[in-house]
Amino acid sequence: MIKFLVKGILRDKSRSLLPVIVVSLGVFLTVFMSGWMKGVFGDMIDMNANYTMGHVKIMTKAYAENESQIPNDLALLEVSELIAGLEVEYPELEWVRRIQFGGLLDVPDENGETRAQGPAAGRAVDLLSPESKEAERLNIPKSIVKGDLPKEQGEVLISDEFAERFGVKVGDDISILGSTMYGSMVVPTFKVAGTLNFGMAMLDRGAIIMDIRDAEEAFDMVDAAGELLGYFKSGIYDDEKALIIRDGFNTRYSEAEDEFAPTMVRLRDEETLKQYLDMADNMSAMMVLIFVLAMSIVLWNTGLLGGLRRYTEYGVRLALGEEKGHIFKTIIYEAIIIGSIGSVLGTALGILVCFYLQENGIDFSALMKNVTMMMPTVYRAHVTSELFYIGFIPGLFAMTLGNALAGYAIYKRKTAQLFKELEV
Amino acid sequence: MNNVVIDLKRLTKHFPVGNGKFTALSDINLSFSKGEFAGLVGPSGSGKTTLLNIIGSLDVPSEGSANVLGKSIAGLSQKQAAQLRNYHIGFIFQTYNLLPVYTVYENVEFALLLQNMTEGERRKAVMQALEWVGLTDKEKSKPSMLSGGECQRVAIARSMVKQPDIVLADEPTANLDSKNSHHILQTMQRLNEELGVTFIFSTHDEKVMQYLKRKISLADGRVVNDETVELIANR
Repeated sequence: MIKFLVKGILRDKSRSLLPVIVVSLGVFLTVFMSGWMKGVFGDMIDMNANYTMGHVKIMTKAYAENESQIPNDLALLEVSELIAGLEVEYPELEWVRRIQFGGLLDVPDENGETRAQGPAAGRAVDLLSPESKEAERLNIPKSIVKGDLPKEQGEVLISDEFAERFGVKVGDDISILGSTMYGSMVVPTFKVAGTLNFGMAMLDRGAIIMDIRDAEEAFDMVDAAGELLGYFKSGIYDDEKALIIRDGFNTRYSEAEDEFAPTMVRLRDEETLKQYLDMADNMSAMMVLIFVLAMSIVLWNTGLLGGLRRYTEYGVRLALGEEKGHIFKTIIYEAIIIGSIGSVLGTALGILVCFYLQENGIDFSALMKNVTMMMPTVYRAHVTSELFYIGFIPGLFAMTLGNALAGYAIYKRKTAQLFKELEV
Repeated sequence: MNNVVIDLKRLTKHFPVGNGKFTALSDINLSFSKGEFAGLVGPSGSGKTTLLNIIGSLDVPSEGSANVLGKSIAGLSQKQAAQLRNYHIGFIFQTYNLLPVYTVYENVEFALLLQNMTEGERRKAVMQALEWVGLTDKEKSKPSMLSGGECQRVAIARSMVKQPDIVLADEPTANLDSKNSHHILQTMQRLNEELGVTFIFSTHDEKVMQYLKRKISLADGRVVNDETVELIANR
């Protein structure tokens, strides 16, 4: 009987080719959208974690309250001691110091007079320690357009866009008009080791990257840091662990009366990121649900239409002595066969496209010149193990459900009534 | 009455219509012996198809009894009714109802797939049935490649392949020309005589009536006349 049914499926294109195409398309969309969302949200989260938030972040309470103003006068002090304690207490985390600063970038001419000036958004990270992963974390080696990474103190990287605009070359001197953490004005001078382009409008605008020791000296912040970022050594953000660590730390260290007491926030505590993370958590489930519903309706109709076309066949089968229950079962088997084939094809196609977009990405930089959010300009899909099975939920489930609903009408009717309606 | 295969007593069938009911068959008392070649004749709405449906275990009587091959139709479960159709009753339809994606051979074979026969046994039975209707050379053809008469012969082969006790034919010649109608009727007459299968027709086709050995006239759900071939011949 199964052989007989398979023959029928293969020969009747409206029973095989059409449903397979419908299921494959639906599954492809589910898999592709899921991989794409995962990639886009994952990139955003990683970017925010790597550049600004860490998986957890420690600041003074006063700094945290005015974080957007980068108030280095409220920075953490005696950071080495704090880090040593944190490393013992939280061995699963790696701790790094960050100093952010703002100022005016001054480009001198050959006589030392100001040739050009522009606003600067600086970031000081550990670039020179051999064991430091900060350069990779910020994707600096791949972002360098001209020159090289700083090899010694006194060398900085500047935005390629800024360098182009003001004619700054690798090896030129630049000065930063800024202030120390105690409020005195300073104008330290650095040599440009290279230019870079992060591919993120927000970071590329007037960016200066320097070694943390240079910033300590320039802004009088020795053994101080605006922020201490903690990263899970696994490289993967674990929200539950981060929550436990944050609550434990704040209970122990965060004294209510001391505005310079350290306080910890986790990645999800950043308001915009919280929304991204919530969206990323729910997006796949929502998409699968939507596709299951939408495809169930489509496939239900396909099943109904197919069923109507095959009323004569069902009638003949009833007359020949096949039970209604058996006919219903064969409708389900057919749906499972078609659903499986469609799911495999759709999943393969979806993964293939996701893989291509994971490797190549789509560049939206032309559309994001004025974006102030920290967003990547090249979006990539992300192939995860989930993509290998997620499409089977709508593909198999919706197809079977659609046909089951269509077949249910046949199953529930009285045989004589059905026989009459089956136009036999 | 030793060879009675169908026995209908005070059979009545109602269908619900709105808040009331429509009586399709009323107080039918009939019996059919093995090997009969009988016809239910009457205008549309006289109850012919309803009666065939009950005999074919596709429906049950509202009142009275219908016994087919010793089994009460009303007392059969769905599975038992399906088995009765599968092993003992063949159907022939006005519009042939062959499955278009399958070949002639496969259409005929389908009736046997539900009987758990081996492929060899099925092959033998199908070829025998196709020989009865003279279509062995068309076994690989699809229904779309056949004439109306050939299609109906395939339908006859499909109904006969399992060698049923009873064949129910609902207007089998309605879509055929005169020549094909006679050919089909002669085929069925031959099978009736050679194999002893009981044929019951539902018809208002004069051509069919010429071949009937028993003619049961229905009007408004009642039997108004029941005459055998001798009575018809004496008239």
